[in-house]
Amino acid sequence: MTDLILYNVSNGLIIGAFYVLMALGLSLILNLSGVINFAHGGFLALGGYFAYTLAPYIGFWGALLVSPLLVALLGLILERTMIHRLYGRDPLYSLLLTFGLAFIFEDVTRAVWGATGLPFTVPDFLTKPLSSQFFFVTGYRLFMIAVVAIAVGGLFLFLRFSRLGVRIRAGTFDLDTVSTLGVNVKMLRSFNFALGIFLAGLAGVLAGGQLSLEPTMGANLLMPSFVAIIVGGVGSLPGTLLGGLLIGVAAGLTAVFWPAASDAVIYVMMAVVLLLRPRGLLGEEGLLT
Amino acid sequence: MAQVDRRTVLKAGAALAGSALATPAILTYGRGESPVKLGMVDPLTGVYAAVALSEVAGAKVAVEDINKKGGILGREVELLVEDSANNVGTGVQKARKLIDRDRVNCVIGDVNSAIALAMAGVTSEKGVLHIVSGGHTDAVTGKDCHWNVFRVCNTTTMDVNGIADTVIEKLGKKWYFLTPDYAYGHSVQDAFIRKLKAAGGEYAGDLVPLGTADYSAHLIKAKAYNPDVLINVMGGGDQVNSLKQFVGFGLNHQMAVSGTLFELESLRAVPPEALIGWWTMEWWWDQPDNPHVKVFVDKMRKATGHTPSARNWFGYTSVWTFALVANHAKSLEGVKLAHALEGFKLPPEVALQPGTPYYRPGDHELMSTMFAGEAHPAKGNPDNMFTVHSLVPGEKAAGPVAETGCTIHWS
Amino acid sequence: MTPTIDRSKYVTLGVIWLLLLTMPYWLPMVGGYMALGTRVVIMGLAAMSLNFLLGFTGVLSFGHAAFFGLGAYGTGLALKYFTHSTPLALVLGVLLGGIAGAVLGALIVRRRGVYFAMVTIAFGQVFYFIAFRWNSLTGGDDGLRGFERQPIDFGVWQADILHRPILFYYFVLLLFAIGTGAMGFLLRSPFGRTLLAIRENERRARFLGVPIEQHIWLSFSLSCFFVALAGGMYALLNNFADPTMLNYTQSGEIVIMIVLGGIRSFWGPLIGAAIFVVLQDYLSSLTTNWMSFLGTIFVLMVLFFPRGVLGLNWTEMFRSVLGRSRQTRPQEGGNLS
Repeated sequence: MTDLILYNVSNGLIIGAFYVLMALGLSLILNLSGVINFAHGGFLALGGYFAYTLAPYIGFWGALLVSPLLVALLGLILERTMIHRLYGRDPLYSLLLTFGLAFIFEDVTRAVWGATGLPFTVPDFLTKPLSSQFFFVTGYRLFMIAVVAIAVGGLFLFLRFSRLGVRIRAGTFDLDTVSTLGVNVKMLRSFNFALGIFLAGLAGVLAGGQLSLEPTMGANLLMPSFVAIIVGGVGSLPGTLLGGLLIGVAAGLTAVFWPAASDAVIYVMMAVVLLLRPRGLLGEEGLLT
Repeated sequence: MAQVDRRTVLKAGAALAGSALATPAILTYGRGESPVKLGMVDPLTGVYAAVALSEVAGAKVAVEDINKKGGILGREVELLVEDSANNVGTGVQKARKLIDRDRVNCVIGDVNSAIALAMAGVTSEKGVLHIVSGGHTDAVTGKDCHWNVFRVCNTTTMDVNGIADTVIEKLGKKWYFLTPDYAYGHSVQDAFIRKLKAAGGEYAGDLVPLGTADYSAHLIKAKAYNPDVLINVMGGGDQVNSLKQFVGFGLNHQMAVSGTLFELESLRAVPPEALIGWWTMEWWWDQPDNPHVKVFVDKMRKATGHTPSARNWFGYTSVWTFALVANHAKSLEGVKLAHALEGFKLPPEVALQPGTPYYRPGDHELMSTMFAGEAHPAKGNPDNMFTVHSLVPGEKAAGPVAETGCTIHWS
Repeated sequence: MTPTIDRSKYVTLGVIWLLLLTMPYWLPMVGGYMALGTRVVIMGLAAMSLNFLLGFTGVLSFGHAAFFGLGAYGTGLALKYFTHSTPLALVLGVLLGGIAGAVLGALIVRRRGVYFAMVTIAFGQVFYFIAFRWNSLTGGDDGLRGFERQPIDFGVWQADILHRPILFYYFVLLLFAIGTGAMGFLLRSPFGRTLLAIRENERRARFLGVPIEQHIWLSFSLSCFFVALAGGMYALLNNFADPTMLNYTQSGEIVIMIVLGGIRSFWGPLIGAAIFVVLQDYLSSLTTNWMSFLGTIFVLMVLFFPRGVLGLNWTEMFRSVLGRSRQTRPQEGGNLS
């Protein structure tokens, strides 16, 4: 039993890692621009599909880097042409815009790559179990965790120490002041948006290796990511990280005792957090509320 | 005043009738020109899009065929395809639209059993023949059967019975279930358990939420139970994902895997190493002894660029069924067609399988042959990913009508 | 208010009701069918109910489909298990959706803006999962079947709303009239005026001593009751309820209807619902890529006509077309917060 629980906690961490990548991207965009990006799942799916198409030419490793960059570029274009017009308006409008974009993404993905699921093959050495005792620890799962850890660690270092990163964090609290200080807020937001989308694209490539590619694959990961943000506290990136891992572990643990409830448990957690600590675990009072 | 009105009306009516009698040639000509309309409702968008599009492709090829061979009652056939978007409300609305506005003579669909059942409510109320091409839930030709509803694809129970004996015989009697936690999954699992209990086997299992991304928790439990066979009831993308992970963890060296359906559309979506296990095919393209099948395969390849799947055959057969029975009964009227379809046998060029499938009178289910066998990485032809080991006749898999729970009330 | 404005208001009202009352007679002529018209009216009520909260209180809920769906399941379950009275079943459905909304509202009423939207989305999904997973009661993914709307007995005359679609249409229209009438009355009352004050400037309203949370909670709950009524009627229309009715995509569609029609206008959401329902019906018959078309329309709408069809200044537009234009002001998105 202890073994089983241990396995599931580690599994939960792996699922949580997915949520974290997705939720951090959402959170970045939400914090600085006040946009709930419904199309985030669509970007994720595109990341996987781009990698699928590119892998035969530039290999898995090339695709792992190039595909998220391409998706980020697409995100940047959409931000410059459409989404930036809605900054400062009621969040309703950006929400509806990205909702519409999500429709278009799903449809275009289906039109280009077909409705049938596509197999995305990862290098052989990654798919083998590492030991027969801990058979569930495949190379790919370790690899996924490593990639997520590097991406998340890199993101936090970037936000903590680079000039751009510090400005993004400052903008989350008080964009007006940052603007007064002479920072080009327009560029800052565009860059930040592309960064968030890059994370979605990366999650898409990783998900492609674990699941099969389908036009609707991103939509399933979107809701848990929302919950991760709320549980962790809107406005706090460490909160999002914590929220993602927590709901992953909670879902994993519930799967041991009561599998039927494993997707409902995250919403129960959210309700409890909202009742006891409405701003979320690491959220700051008064921010975006 | 009232009398005058009535008289005017009568006169006008007589004039109309007279003109109709006087110009019969023009009227028949006009009637010959108006096409016979067939409505098809399928989830062209959403999670079932791949299989739904296959059904539509098959149906379109059938319509071409029929028009080449003289149409229905000498009239051209027109197929109207509507997207149910995998949403019951939309599906019902589309069925109403096809019947009320487009005046179709037959409705085909839906892949999603829930939509098919809800549509059956509309079609039976309106008295239109309804052919369910690809919704598998027992209830369609079981406890929720209707006088006007006929089904081409199998019931879930038939799919289970098609493979269960093979599994017990060849693979063993200790099973572990991986079952999606919703109505369809439960009914499949129950049917499997009935078979297993009769054979004196043992089992354990997990109910898995739909759309689960990570199966390791369930696979760990399966490994600990150490069964002969993992019965994988997951469908569509969930089936593909769970099999990928099953192989990824190396469990394929420890136990066999089996389940009801592993459709060609899904076979194409898994990497070669995950092409394993014992399954039922409701129709399979590789039937070297059957010349009609070769013609059909060539036709479908020309139309879609792919080797046909069971779903292509469902669509094809559904449309042909309507054409054949309408020409046979010389009518387009729902009640007449439904009576004529009871016990109706499909000719070999439509059946495309060994034996003669027919629509069983008691529950309106097509008694077609099932192909039980094993999946494997493609050999030669990229679509040669499945080898048939045994053929199971429909009647044997379906069991007696009395067990389906269907009583047909003619209205 | 000048008399001309009042007159144009009555003209609009008259035209809308004339079109609604005569719909069964002109709809088939323009290629429609009865079920489509009924659906327009039902979705119109749903959109107008949500707009009570969104447009007139300034609070964005993106999870109203949950209460729409609860109304549907409540009505369906009541008809299936307890009663053969359609009106009673509807009342039970409305109570289920409305009370669930009131309870949830109490929990989240202090959240604002984006946060409120996210919390409503997430809680809406809870109800979606319940409907999806509780197989024994709701039928799970297969949906709730096995009930039919029952004829309504008026003693001397029985209205067979089951077999006569036209009677069902007028039944729906009657409830639509009651629902919109009640909302219109509430918005004209001091309570409604206070809601507008909160929308315009929450802080000022708070300083004036308005109990903000109470008002928002009441507005949220009322809007849930009305949207549950629409959901109940939707279940009766299809004799069916399924979990996707509670999904957040359904919520999104209702919000889109509001924006399409005009967020600041009382009747706008009805127009938006008509456009959305008809467009979806038409496009999805025409092409399998209807999602792209619909998505593009959302995007263009939000970017270029955020005030919706009724928000456009039609008089100005005619004037400018006729060349007697004064400088038209550029359209701006209604900033609701």
